[in-house]
Amino acid sequence: MTLNGWIQILVYCGIIILLAKPLGGYMTRVFSGERTFLSLVFRPVERGLYRLAGTSDREEQHWTAYTAALLFFSLAGVAVLYLLQRFQGALPFNPAEMPSVTPDLAFNTAVSFVTNTNWQAYGGESSLSYLTQMAGLTVQNFVSAASGIAIAVALIRAFSRKSMQTLGNFWVDLTRAILYILLPICVIGTLVLVWQGVPQNLNSYTTATTLEGAQQVIAQGPVASQMMIKHLGTNGGGFFNVNAAHPFENPTALTNLIHMVAIFAIGAALTNVFGRMVGNERQGWAILAAMGVLFIAGVAVCYWAEAAGNPIVHALGLDGGNMEGKEVRFGVAVSALFAVITTAASCGAVIAMHDSFTALGSMIPMINMMLGEIVIGGVGAGLYGMLLFVVVSIFVAGLMVGRTPEYVGKKIEAKEVKMAMLALLILPLAMLGFTAVAVVLETGVASMANPGPRGFSEVLYAYVSAAANNGSALGGLSANTPWYNITLGLAMLIGRFAMIVPVMAMAGSLVAKKAVPASSGTFPTTGPLFVGLLVGVVLIFGGLEFFPALAVGPIVEHLATIAGQTF
Amino acid sequence: MSQSKSASLLDARILIPALSGALRKLDPRSLAKNPVMFVVAVVAALTTVLLVKDLATGSSSLGFSFQIVLWLWFTVLFANFAEAVAEGRGKAQADSLRRTRTETQAKLLPTGSGSDFKTVPGTSLKVGDVVLVEAGDIIPSDGEVIEGVASVNEAAITGESAPVIRESGGDRSAVTGGTQVLSDVIRVRITAAAGSTFIDRMISLVEGAERQKTPNEIALNILLAGMTLIFTFAVVTIPSFASYAGGSISVVVLVALFVTLIPTTIGALLSAIGIAGMDRLVRFNVLAMSGRAVEAAGDVDTLLLDKTGTITLGNRQATEFRHIRGVEAAELADAAQLASLADETPEGRSIVVLAKEKYGIRARDMASLNASFVPFTAQSRMSGVDFGGSSIRKGAVGSVLKHVGQAGSQEERDTQAIADEIAKAGGTPLAVAKDGRLLGVIYLKDIVKGGIRERFAELRKMGIRTVMITGDNPMTAAAIAAEAGVDDFLAQATPENKLSLIRDEQAKGKLVAMCGDGTNDAPALAQADVGVAMNTGTVAAREAGNMVDLDSDPTKLIEIVEIGKQLLMTRGALTTFSIANDVAKYFAIIPAMFLAFYPQLGALNIMGLATPESAILSAIIFNALIIVALIPLSLRGVKYRAVGAGALLSRNLLIYGLGGIIVPFVGIKAIDMAITALGLA
Repeated sequence: MTLNGWIQILVYCGIIILLAKPLGGYMTRVFSGERTFLSLVFRPVERGLYRLAGTSDREEQHWTAYTAALLFFSLAGVAVLYLLQRFQGALPFNPAEMPSVTPDLAFNTAVSFVTNTNWQAYGGESSLSYLTQMAGLTVQNFVSAASGIAIAVALIRAFSRKSMQTLGNFWVDLTRAILYILLPICVIGTLVLVWQGVPQNLNSYTTATTLEGAQQVIAQGPVASQMMIKHLGTNGGGFFNVNAAHPFENPTALTNLIHMVAIFAIGAALTNVFGRMVGNERQGWAILAAMGVLFIAGVAVCYWAEAAGNPIVHALGLDGGNMEGKEVRFGVAVSALFAVITTAASCGAVIAMHDSFTALGSMIPMINMMLGEIVIGGVGAGLYGMLLFVVVSIFVAGLMVGRTPEYVGKKIEAKEVKMAMLALLILPLAMLGFTAVAVVLETGVASMANPGPRGFSEVLYAYVSAAANNGSALGGLSANTPWYNITLGLAMLIGRFAMIVPVMAMAGSLVAKKAVPASSGTFPTTGPLFVGLLVGVVLIFGGLEFFPALAVGPIVEHLATIAGQTF
Repeated sequence: MSQSKSASLLDARILIPALSGALRKLDPRSLAKNPVMFVVAVVAALTTVLLVKDLATGSSSLGFSFQIVLWLWFTVLFANFAEAVAEGRGKAQADSLRRTRTETQAKLLPTGSGSDFKTVPGTSLKVGDVVLVEAGDIIPSDGEVIEGVASVNEAAITGESAPVIRESGGDRSAVTGGTQVLSDVIRVRITAAAGSTFIDRMISLVEGAERQKTPNEIALNILLAGMTLIFTFAVVTIPSFASYAGGSISVVVLVALFVTLIPTTIGALLSAIGIAGMDRLVRFNVLAMSGRAVEAAGDVDTLLLDKTGTITLGNRQATEFRHIRGVEAAELADAAQLASLADETPEGRSIVVLAKEKYGIRARDMASLNASFVPFTAQSRMSGVDFGGSSIRKGAVGSVLKHVGQAGSQEERDTQAIADEIAKAGGTPLAVAKDGRLLGVIYLKDIVKGGIRERFAELRKMGIRTVMITGDNPMTAAAIAAEAGVDDFLAQATPENKLSLIRDEQAKGKLVAMCGDGTNDAPALAQADVGVAMNTGTVAAREAGNMVDLDSDPTKLIEIVEIGKQLLMTRGALTTFSIANDVAKYFAIIPAMFLAFYPQLGALNIMGLATPESAILSAIIFNALIIVALIPLSLRGVKYRAVGAGALLSRNLLIYGLGGIIVPFVGIKAIDMAITALGLA
């Protein structure tokens, strides 16, 4: 590890903290329906859209209606995206003349983008038409991110409103998230990326003759427009197969920084929105602090593991960190940082191949996803995931101050605990369950690139990534098979919607409660004590159940590597 | 009152029956009430079957499997034992109550009046019957005195042998079945049918027969069930991971890992904690009608306390003689003392005492002075004495001034000024006049109980607001409120504004506790989240409250709150401890489990446990023994300290969170050394 490496990491953290407050303030205004500087432009558009949809921003929804709207919207999204892929061969904007996609892959990809996972069992430049990329994937990149934000905002309202029944209007929140937040940032960001050299065209691929005289097909297309939303919306689905490691996706140090900042910006700002809406910004800072502690710890371990390198390689006389699968442009520190960011948030974009990371280096991304991506997390999903852990922490430890536990004035009772536990059950069930089946099935094992613990980790990583709606992969696994396409698709659906429903049920119960005024007998939820407690609960509740799986995957691999043993 | 009755935690009379109770509770119907322990029992049964099968086929490592199975059953039995001990403590109390509920004969008055009674068995009485109870009779059932006054020995329910007065009308009309009339005759209208009397309810409450799970307990059970499910996923997926690695893991080992990971410690002790919480109240001579009320007590935000008897001593006392200009202090004291010699009220007596203490004026004999006492009447609002041609009067300032009749004089203005000053300071002024001449004013003061200010400061630290309820005028109330250190007061309280105060607080999301005894308190008692009725109170009040204080001591409200908090804290502390334990258990079992096919994982054996078998066995033994070790804590409860929530939390997190991580490392290592030395594994 180098000082330079750490300075880059800390500068990044500083930018995120500085952005959280202004962006949070702006988002709070947007979701409270207050005027912002963009209202002049978008207010009429908004009104028109609502009239078209037969709703109004004054019409509020009960939690069931809100959730039903989201589920219906997502189902429709899956259907459209599936059909687009199945018929892309016959549809326009297909200069590379891509054939239609197979049913299992189309299902997997449709689910993947609607659930904000962006698991890519396909190679973008070699299987999808421009129409599918733009009208299908990029659209879902916006709306799946906006749906996540809407759920988080509904849950925030559940905490901040008193004795009410409604949580807002899904259609309004969705529209506002896109018009006022995602679109403006993306437009500006895309222009900067184009200036930095990211292509944005509808040309067919260029065939070039290299210096050695060989023929090379250079893929291109509407890249820049997909890049910004891919990070800002924590989608992660790259235009090219190697994702942000590709020089067209990520040409300069500046674009790399923009990518990284975009991934965390909205997630971090949502903690501030939470604080503002419940009437005490420090509540939001406390949550961000807990996320920060987990993030820095993850970066430290991953960076250390990658910088320390592989002892077996060292024994061959090659010193230095682990550079296998990393871009020389980015180096160890930034690659490790990006890997932790992309899995802490539910992004899944990569600038280095996680499969080439050391055992411990690849365990950190896995742990990040196993915890449910609550370290900043997917836009919206990170906050509501973290709030589930907050509910559990408050319930367990809050009893220790001798009162029925309460958080920001809302009593945490049987209903909330039930829903929080249901939501927390989903991830281990999907992650461990599918892995356990896949590693004993011949068809599952056949896709592994490596035997032994590494192969196990590849499968575990795939299901963990799918259920957590991340989308990154330990690339060794050949996942474009019917078995993996279908089971990973199911894992994505379960990880997204089986979690959202109990979260919304909890919101429905919370919003109806009276608020208990705070007193000196109230559990303080703004100080370091609470932050420490929350971190502990996240690790114990969210992490302990994965210990056996990690032990027979990355941990045993790491111990074997130290002993100079390979599989 | 309470401590003398509390049985020692390790009383053989409770422990021995509890052993058989633990076995009886193996009944699946009783186990099913506790999801975590039910799951343990199921897997214990499953492994027992496998063990029997292995015995028949003759497999290796039978000794190891046998020991694991044994300790699994011990885990279940220890949990049952904890509950049986907690119940046993209540049962001991119930037995002594039951002895008082002997069959009584009632003197039924068929007409409801007169004195012609018919002797019938007490159990045949119906609600609304009127019975005659004479000196020496046992009151046959709960009721209300409708005629007469009697002294009653209520030792059967309160443990207090001093008799109490019960009389018709007013706030002391309720009588309890099983108590004995010592003197006089009363007519009682029965208010409870046989089997549902106060004592019956007490018995079933302390025995835990009527125990319903409280809301917080239900929520905690859900959390524990959820954790059990999560760890089920963690464990049932292991065989497939192992098979991928080319190995296999025996069911016994998987079961051992599973049972040590699920929250058995808190699962085993949860109901014991609840029963013990109710029991602590009973020992404190408070009966909670539901566990919900005890929990609510821990959550109370606002305490409504009656001024008289709770914040101040019951009676006002003379603290000062304030003379007007031109009068000697001793002259005022002398006159005041003379006027009060025959006054038997506590105020009167305190005047005599003050005169003696301050001016050395000794008591004089009224008869030798040939004095005649003029008693206080509601019309005159004065009392006094006439002797040897002179007359002294003391009483309400307005009345005395009118009696003297010197409107506009300097003396009158002086007297009025002193009186106003006293009233403003929260005192009651009594003017004194001798032979038509004003002398000065006696300062009667409400004496705030010693130490009460500190109690309120403690409550404030707990985050509880105290509101004093008084019939006094706002000025007096404000002065006393300031002196006692309450946060707020309600002056000139009526049942209506008391009730609306409670509703206002509740509308703000606060939980309110109050105590009361009169029938006019009943609506407020019913509205409050915690309503403590005094046992001396009326039937209506006792029905409206959700707790009854047998000692009728309103200050106990503060202790009740502490007991409620203690109950919740004990649950939280043991849950945290139980969950934190899992870290060490993983480090014991995971390396042992996979060692056969991933020897590298031996590096995780940071405790240096001797063999895989001893490691697994130590973890499961620790898991069972920690339940027994924590029984005393769960019965006694975690000590509540009146410090802020933050300080309390950091302290408990340190002890039960960090302690919960460290203790099992030490414990498992110690057990491993012991069983290795004994050659058990």
